[in-house]
Amino acid sequence: MKSIVQEIAPEIRFATMQHTTGKSAAAGNPIFRIIKYVLYDILQNRIVIGYTLFLLAVSMGLFGLSDDPTKGLISLLNIVLIVTPLVSVVFATIHFYNAGEFIELLAAQPIRRGVIVWSQFLGLVIALLIAVLLGIGVPIALYTPTATGLSLLAAAMGLTIVFIALALLASVFTRDKAKGIGVALLLWFYFALLYDALVLFILFSFADYPLEKATLVLAALNPIDLARVVVLLQMDISALMGYTGALFREWLGSSWGIVSAMGILLLWAVVPMLLAVRVFRKKDL
Amino acid sequence: MKHLLISLLLLMTAALSAAVIEVGAGRACPNIRTALERAHSGDTILVHPGLYAEGNLEINRPLSLIGIGYPVLDGRHLDEVITVNSPYVTVQGFDIRNSGQMSTKDLAGIKVLSADSVVIAENRFQDCNFAIYLSNTIGCRVSRNVVRGIIKEEQNSGNGIHLWKCAGALIEENYLTGHRDGIYFEFVTDSEIRGNTSEQNLRYGLHFMFSHSDSYHHNTFRNNGAGVAVMYSRQVSMTENYFGYNWGSSAYGILLKDISDSHIWKNNFEHNSAGVYLEGASRIILEDNQFRENGWALRVQASCDANVIRGNNFFGNSFDVSTNGSLVLNTFNGNYWDKYEGYDLDRDGIGDVPYRPVSLYAVVVERMPHALMLMRSFMVYLMDKAEKIIPSLTPEQLMDEKPVMRPLAI
Repeated sequence: MKSIVQEIAPEIRFATMQHTTGKSAAAGNPIFRIIKYVLYDILQNRIVIGYTLFLLAVSMGLFGLSDDPTKGLISLLNIVLIVTPLVSVVFATIHFYNAGEFIELLAAQPIRRGVIVWSQFLGLVIALLIAVLLGIGVPIALYTPTATGLSLLAAAMGLTIVFIALALLASVFTRDKAKGIGVALLLWFYFALLYDALVLFILFSFADYPLEKATLVLAALNPIDLARVVVLLQMDISALMGYTGALFREWLGSSWGIVSAMGILLLWAVVPMLLAVRVFRKKDL
Repeated sequence: MKHLLISLLLLMTAALSAAVIEVGAGRACPNIRTALERAHSGDTILVHPGLYAEGNLEINRPLSLIGIGYPVLDGRHLDEVITVNSPYVTVQGFDIRNSGQMSTKDLAGIKVLSADSVVIAENRFQDCNFAIYLSNTIGCRVSRNVVRGIIKEEQNSGNGIHLWKCAGALIEENYLTGHRDGIYFEFVTDSEIRGNTSEQNLRYGLHFMFSHSDSYHHNTFRNNGAGVAVMYSRQVSMTENYFGYNWGSSAYGILLKDISDSHIWKNNFEHNSAGVYLEGASRIILEDNQFRENGWALRVQASCDANVIRGNNFFGNSFDVSTNGSLVLNTFNGNYWDKYEGYDLDRDGIGDVPYRPVSLYAVVVERMPHALMLMRSFMVYLMDKAEKIIPSLTPEQLMDEKPVMRPLAI
């Protein structure tokens, strides 16, 4: 890390100087330069390469195992819903703590703090999306380039972005790395496992009440559920349309279902990021 | 021999005496009504292209009414267009539009009243209340008609082809859309429905009520409000049909209600909310069918008994089977289930452990439909796995003892 800091510090200073004096238009915004360095840093990391290879091996294996690509997609859905959030949230947290010195250095420059957080976020997003696209996108394109396959890829990408944002939010709150990783893991545990059990418990307890709207709201309150719904809208639309509820059917039957689900998923990335920026601005480094 | 010769001669003279009356602008007859009045039994009326809005045309003699180049018969939303009261009538090649609609009377494009051996072929129907209505007939044929209704509310709409108290009818190769039911059978026996396509009707693509000993085969039923319903009937044979994209909380590939001794063979069920729904069904054999990517492949209510489900393929259905009770009086045997995770040690192609097609989650959803939102959640997956090891809530007897390891060639 230190070497990178030493290596790029003059570059950054140069870029920011240009920015403040407004001389260069091309290299103008320092955010692109910073993203570039964050990206270089991450892509050299063996973990991202390992993650890509892992996803690639799992997807290829699942599709290769059975003749029916739909079956492969169902198994891959489980991987996507569990593994991508976990890797994204843990990797982003660790990266943010490891980049602590670099961030401090940047903070010493005439760069707005928002830019620093956003560039970390975007660098992470680009790096991990490349991993997802190679690891899941390529096998899907090879074996099942259908609407269901694409929705699964979209869900994986959406979850990656959301959980990077949540990780950054968790890490700006505390200086302690162990604590930060703990919080990130807890977030994953809550959204991936605990939440659905709670929802089922709520549905059981209030089974006598009209729960149609409540169910939709409950699904929107968990990014993993939203991503799952995006895939279900393609994979199990026949069953979902069998659900008794006019509102539900209206929402799912039209293209609105997928658009709004993706939209809310995007909100799950934007809102935590805005919060993170807010906290980071006032944070005593 | 003598008798035969005489009857042959009589037939020939009858054929010779049969006249052809041409109808159209500048022809022998300006309109169809006068042609019908002039015509004798056995005559042929040829109608040339044009628009004929002549109110209700009644055919009271056995004759052929044949359109050339689809002349238009317009009911102006007032009348029934053609009413057939005589046997041995043929109506062919017309474009029949805008029949009237009444609350007290079922007005139709072509209605056949107590007349046998009538042929209705190759007509086009547009915006008729009922398109073809057969009442109390024997041995009629309805073939290759194209019927397009204008979608209205269910209570204000009629059926595409409606048969009431008929026998020996043949309904073949028609195309039906936009009506209440595509084809409707009530008290119809010994009839055949083949090669029709029925799609985007308000209610059912095909609807059987109290109709016994009928068969329908090689038909396509797609995207109808509620699929196909076979109710209160027995000895119905359903073969090699396609049922697809029937979506809705009460939409089914086939809805079987109070039906017995029937055979469902070699059909394709794809993308339906429920492939086959059985309620009060007895002694039905369901074999060699394909169930692909349905919400529920089979919904077997506990009121069904002595049904046999064997040799079917189940691929990619959200739920294979669901039921509403724990009583199981039906047999599942030798089906292929893509969700089967058993093994085959003796390599005879049959799984060594039985397959239970009802998952715990299917039971949960049956009791609590809202839980559908949790489908394919990891938690549901864990729940199903636990239930597979120690079955507690799923009906223990509902299982396929001999699931096959490879998809069956059908």
